[in-house]
Amino acid sequence: MPTTLSERDSKALLAPYGIPLAAERLVTSPDAAAVAATELGYPVAVKLCGDNIAHKTERGLVRLGLSDPDAVAAASAALLDAARPEDRATGVLVAPMVSGNRELIAGIATDPQFGRTVLVGIGGILTEAIADASIRRIPITLLDAEEMIDDLATQSLLGPFRGEPPVDRQVLARALVGLSDAAEAHPEIVSADLNPLIVSEGRPVAVDALVEVTS
Amino acid sequence: MTVDAKRFEALFNPKGVVIAGASTHPGKFGFVSLHNLLSAGYAGNVFATNLEGSPVLGIPTLRSIEDLPENQADLIFVCTPKSANPDLLRSAAAKGITAAFLTSAGYGEAGPEGRRDEDELIDLCDELGILLVGPNGQGVVSTPASMCAQIVAPYPPIGSIGVASQSGNFISSFMNWACATGVGISRAVSAGNAAATSVVDFLHYYAEDPATSVGLAYIEGIADGPSVADGLTEVARHMPVVLVKGGSTSGGARAAASHTGSLATDDATFDGICRQAGVTRAATIEEAFEAAATFATQPLPKGNRVIVMTTAGGWGVVTADAITRHPDLELAVLPDDLLAAIDEKLPPRWSRNNPVDLAGGETRDTIPEVMQLIAEHDDVDAIVYLGLGIQSNQARMLRDGRFYPDHGIERIVEYHERQDGRFAQAAHDISVATGKPILTATELAVAFPDNAGPATVRDTGRLCYPSADRAVVALGHLWRRSRYRQRRGLPIT
Repeated sequence: MPTTLSERDSKALLAPYGIPLAAERLVTSPDAAAVAATELGYPVAVKLCGDNIAHKTERGLVRLGLSDPDAVAAASAALLDAARPEDRATGVLVAPMVSGNRELIAGIATDPQFGRTVLVGIGGILTEAIADASIRRIPITLLDAEEMIDDLATQSLLGPFRGEPPVDRQVLARALVGLSDAAEAHPEIVSADLNPLIVSEGRPVAVDALVEVTS
Repeated sequence: MTVDAKRFEALFNPKGVVIAGASTHPGKFGFVSLHNLLSAGYAGNVFATNLEGSPVLGIPTLRSIEDLPENQADLIFVCTPKSANPDLLRSAAAKGITAAFLTSAGYGEAGPEGRRDEDELIDLCDELGILLVGPNGQGVVSTPASMCAQIVAPYPPIGSIGVASQSGNFISSFMNWACATGVGISRAVSAGNAAATSVVDFLHYYAEDPATSVGLAYIEGIADGPSVADGLTEVARHMPVVLVKGGSTSGGARAAASHTGSLATDDATFDGICRQAGVTRAATIEEAFEAAATFATQPLPKGNRVIVMTTAGGWGVVTADAITRHPDLELAVLPDDLLAAIDEKLPPRWSRNNPVDLAGGETRDTIPEVMQLIAEHDDVDAIVYLGLGIQSNQARMLRDGRFYPDHGIERIVEYHERQDGRFAQAAHDISVATGKPILTATELAVAFPDNAGPATVRDTGRLCYPSADRAVVALGHLWRRSRYRQRRGLPIT
């Protein structure tokens, strides 16, 4: 059975491979959370971090758009109180809010016949309904990655959109190559999800990451 | 030629063929396969075995494979029941047989016991040094050898498309399309259960085969994904490969599982793997055949700028829509100097735009001349030509009508047919001279295949597309391969 790494460990595993990740701090107390938030700049999001937290959003373990130290401290205290032993919580992640109208997804999956693949797709709440994704077998080249992005049907979402510049395809393509490189360097990776990659001022940034590894 | 390719020579270019289990009953596979082999004109040695030693189709048969002269045949086509096969193959190997095509059923497709027998068959052929094809296959065709060793029709015209299929019926389908269009086949083989030789193995051989310029394959299940993906990548580097995969939807996947006992993969994954490998994936059998026929008969375009040349307005408009809608092709902007050059050839009512609609302003030589101007222009990568055969269609009606040949009808009929023949020939010749694809489309290719226009396209060896939309789809496949190769620094000629 594969095991899931914490958000913090997932990001740490992927960070060396050129994957754009939102800045964040891991803290263990409400006061430290408030200090971290002030340093990072408001508004921020706080999330409970642990090795085994399922249904983070459904359980209310993600608090978004906090705009002052008191709100951050209060939210962090609530999250730490809500932690269950099986969550194996290690603290609270504080991250600046990344804003953008578009969301993408990217990741690594293991196909039962072809082995590990890299995926990029249109994200957000309509992901499943739109089902617009492009997949390649690992390893991929930068050219493969660029062609994956070209393959997406919803190209209009990648151009200039609602006052925001077009998606930076090079950043996105390098992130896909990064996923492929990470998978090659870590044969234990079964899957990885960058969901969502928020497109902020044209630049895709992963605000959440989840890696599964063979145990 | 590699060692593996040499093994396939006995299958596709055998010096002699033995039909094992030849039957006197015209309804049996053992009769039909001998019949097809003899009637297609195979020039090598032909032998047949029959338990009673009864002559079949006028040729004497051997009571046993033991009676086969040594080294006179290298392919055995097996129509005997499963239980007879191990002894048959042992004796055949001793007589110099190095390839076996098995039509026999009851192997892996029939459950666990059959699967055990199939495993034993694989081991036996390994031990005997026999290339095992099938079992449960439909047959093998090789037009350079005039060989039709199969239990079904048809025998296709000669050409350079190499076909391999996991489902025998699609071998027939592709060959029927070859018969219908005149764009021919080099080799075709049904992999059956693919016990030892897979569709990808055949494609590997085709990539080295001088008689084959494009691979056309149907697959359902994939047993070993990574090796299939690597194999397809390798093959597609050497020749275009057009693939149809059955079981792309959840409903189709369930059908495939019961058909070939194979596991389905996520279709988006398979699609991505084809793109990564440079394999042309087609959604339907006719799209696949037409793509393969186009690879076999047209040069690759260097770019995606397409000009539509038409003798009538509406066709051009719809084709412009199809090109514009295509995610990878571009409806070229008509260059000013080309516009000026065409102005010299036509009265002012022509479209003066792309589509280049001649609007009935053409005289005797206008079509070849304008086509040449367009094809020679540096800002044009491909042409779709519409309107061929209209006048010959009228000529047919005139000839079949009750006034023929009087009232000057005979002369105009001849003129129209000569002109359409010239136009079709020009489309071929200008394409060859410029190295640019020129695709001719008209439903007359289907409605009246003997129309001088489509018939001449066929005589030039090319496909006359039954609609402009289908020509655009085929051209799109050509351009994708060209772009794939250009981006990777691979030659496109």
